Amino acid sequence: MKQYTDLEYLKLSRGQKLLYKIASFFCSIPQKIKGLFVGLWNLIKNAGKAIGSEAADIWTTFRDGDWKTKLSFFIMGFGNLARGQILRGLLFLLFEVVFIGYMVIAGGYWLSMLPSLGKVGPTEEYNLIYDAYVTTYNDNSFKILLYGVLTIFFIIAFIYTWRVNVKQNKMAEKILKSGKQLRSGKEDLRSLVDDQFHKTLLALPLTGIIVFTVLPIVFMILVAFTNYDGTHDGYYNNLFTWVGLDNFNTMLSWKVGTGAGTQSYAATFGEVLSWTLIWAFFATFTNYFLGMFVAMAINKRGINLKKLWRTILVLTIAIPQFISLLYVSKMFAKNGIVNGFLMSMGWIDQALPFWEDPTWARITVILINIWIGIPYLMLITTGILMNIPQDLYESARIDGANAWQQYTKITLPYMLFVTGPYLLTSFTGNMNNFNVIYLLTGGAPTNPAASSAAGTVGYTDLLITWLFKITTGAESQYYLASVVGILVFIVVALISLVVYNVLPSIKNEEDFQ
Amino acid sequence: MSQAKLLDNKPARHHMGLRTSRLIGNSAIYAFLIIISIIWLIPFVCIVLQSFRVENTHQVGYIIPKKWGFDNYVNLFQTDFPRWYMNTFISALVTAALQTVIVLCMSYTLSRFRFKLRKPLMRLMLILGMFPGMLTMIILYRVLKDLGMTQANSVPGLILVYVASSGMGYYVSKGFFDTIPKSLDEAARVDGATRFQVLKKIILPLSKPIVIYTILTAFMGPWGDFVFARYIAFGTSAGMNVAVGLYNWLNKDQISKCYTMFCAGGVLVAVPVTVLFMCLQRYYVEGVTGGAVKG
Repeated sequence: MKQYTDLEYLKLSRGQKLLYKIASFFCSIPQKIKGLFVGLWNLIKNAGKAIGSEAADIWTTFRDGDWKTKLSFFIMGFGNLARGQILRGLLFLLFEVVFIGYMVIAGGYWLSMLPSLGKVGPTEEYNLIYDAYVTTYNDNSFKILLYGVLTIFFIIAFIYTWRVNVKQNKMAEKILKSGKQLRSGKEDLRSLVDDQFHKTLLALPLTGIIVFTVLPIVFMILVAFTNYDGTHDGYYNNLFTWVGLDNFNTMLSWKVGTGAGTQSYAATFGEVLSWTLIWAFFATFTNYFLGMFVAMAINKRGINLKKLWRTILVLTIAIPQFISLLYVSKMFAKNGIVNGFLMSMGWIDQALPFWEDPTWARITVILINIWIGIPYLMLITTGILMNIPQDLYESARIDGANAWQQYTKITLPYMLFVTGPYLLTSFTGNMNNFNVIYLLTGGAPTNPAASSAAGTVGYTDLLITWLFKITTGAESQYYLASVVGILVFIVVALISLVVYNVLPSIKNEEDFQ
Repeated sequence: MSQAKLLDNKPARHHMGLRTSRLIGNSAIYAFLIIISIIWLIPFVCIVLQSFRVENTHQVGYIIPKKWGFDNYVNLFQTDFPRWYMNTFISALVTAALQTVIVLCMSYTLSRFRFKLRKPLMRLMLILGMFPGMLTMIILYRVLKDLGMTQANSVPGLILVYVASSGMGYYVSKGFFDTIPKSLDEAARVDGATRFQVLKKIILPLSKPIVIYTILTAFMGPWGDFVFARYIAFGTSAGMNVAVGLYNWLNKDQISKCYTMFCAGGVLVAVPVTVLFMCLQRYYVEGVTGGAVKG
């Protein structure tokens, strides 16, 4: 593509500038990919170097260290204990004992089963006493995968702690050689509310995140490479096992079906994805501009009862969404209040197909989402609008700018400048806006051509509601859900990456100074 | 002379024109505000009116009930509704307390301390946030089931799920802590206060708005949660929260019996939450506005 010089670039109009930015971003993708690989290679190289230097450091510590240090390599915390740091030493020792105990009792088993995810499924045997077939449950693939991952986490934690242990010995030797005192256990404890206070504060939140977010996500990513589903639940009926990239093949193989339920996953995925993007675009920008408009209307000088208007709008935030959304969804039903009202006024003869026709349904969810979304945007923009320096408007008025010009030249650029990152998070948030879609339509109306095996897919289904349907559907294809989840992650990450690359340049352009 | 006259008249005429145009503009805005207020209020007015309708229990095409009464409210207490209500209330209360502690720990640390893993940690949480949280539901359900925290005992399980990952939602309160000047901390540190004392004696007293905001949003979360609650209750009525229970009343086979009862239940849920929200609205607005600007 044509590269502009700085001078030529400055001559472009705002729209052209933006287009140019976007175009040059996409043209730079090959460069970026190359950069990515170079970066990866450097990362590997640096990681290799880092490991090398760590190993060298460990070796010199061992070689030059005294007998206390040497023994600490095998009995963690020995050096601390021998040098009088009882508390630290005991903690290290306890961790080592727990780790070895765990590995011997359970960890070794989970780890050894991880490659196969279990060998013996449930077996049925005739039992004379009960005079019936009795099922014995054997291996549990689910637990093997879960505890296997957990064991790997634990091993990494152990290696890290061991390394810290070695480092501490080296430090302690150095400190003692220079004639200073080591920290006592009391001082250690005191430091936890002082210079090490961040560790105390983060301990609980991070444990929660690791156990309830990181571990499940790692687990679910791995599930995408297995055949875990309702008929292979890993314990009660059949074991599940590794299938490599099969699920991605199934998901991404293209076949446009003609009959009912014959469309391939890829085609269904494409349809759902494109509606998700359309929905996110409209949901974000209709709310943004209308919310801003409402905020400006309420803020306008000479408008009274500002608090009342705001309070009325804010009701939709206060009332739990499942009530308001479910109720509104029923209002628009065939026999609901909206159709009833329109018919009693004689404006229509038969009920409007708000939820039955694909196009009607899509437009209706976007409109109802405006009802839900405007109050948030009204609150957010009210605060920002008040921060715009009033003298900007004053000077614009003196120069003869009308209201529209003031809006496009001052208000809008300022708003975009300040709320750019918010727009991005709101876009990705809308892509995953489960509540609005599921409570309003549940994805309906159903798309008959979409693959039936993946649960019923409707015209208003987003990727996230589809994912929910796959997991809760009759066949519970968890592996498919996790493939969809990974794809959602890739899409969201890509959009964020693109926008972040374009965004700062917009920001600089709209600089107000 | 003519020039003086012009100078005299022009501002006056200009002033008049401005006034009339502003009057027209303002009445147009009033009309607009009244219309949207009606649109915003209609669903809520309808739901309240329908909850008092006793002539039949299914959906109808008119708003004003033909016969009024409290039957729907009375009938609610013959169902599992009180149980759902208690489930939700307890989990909301406990979640509000625990989640506030966790979120504040996380955001305060990320705002005030500079340690080696700070940036990687924030980046990691950003990336984790891009995964659809719903995926983790499958595994959490099975783990909680092994721990006996599903179906009828779903409340502790739900609280655990709500609270455990709440540290990821630190953005808004971190933005708030960033605005408290660091010189306050430093002055106290010079006087010999520990980090903990700085937090307790200086930061917390200044943080009332953000503490209230965090409690409020944490308390409101469980009232609206539908996905996790439904999955963890797994069809057992005793373990449902209000959202799941009331949702089921609008199923195809139940709606004709339970529609007005749904409205009554909705009113009973919405009133306390709304009153609480309206009382603390100021703090909510501050939090939302601050959070959006920080991004």
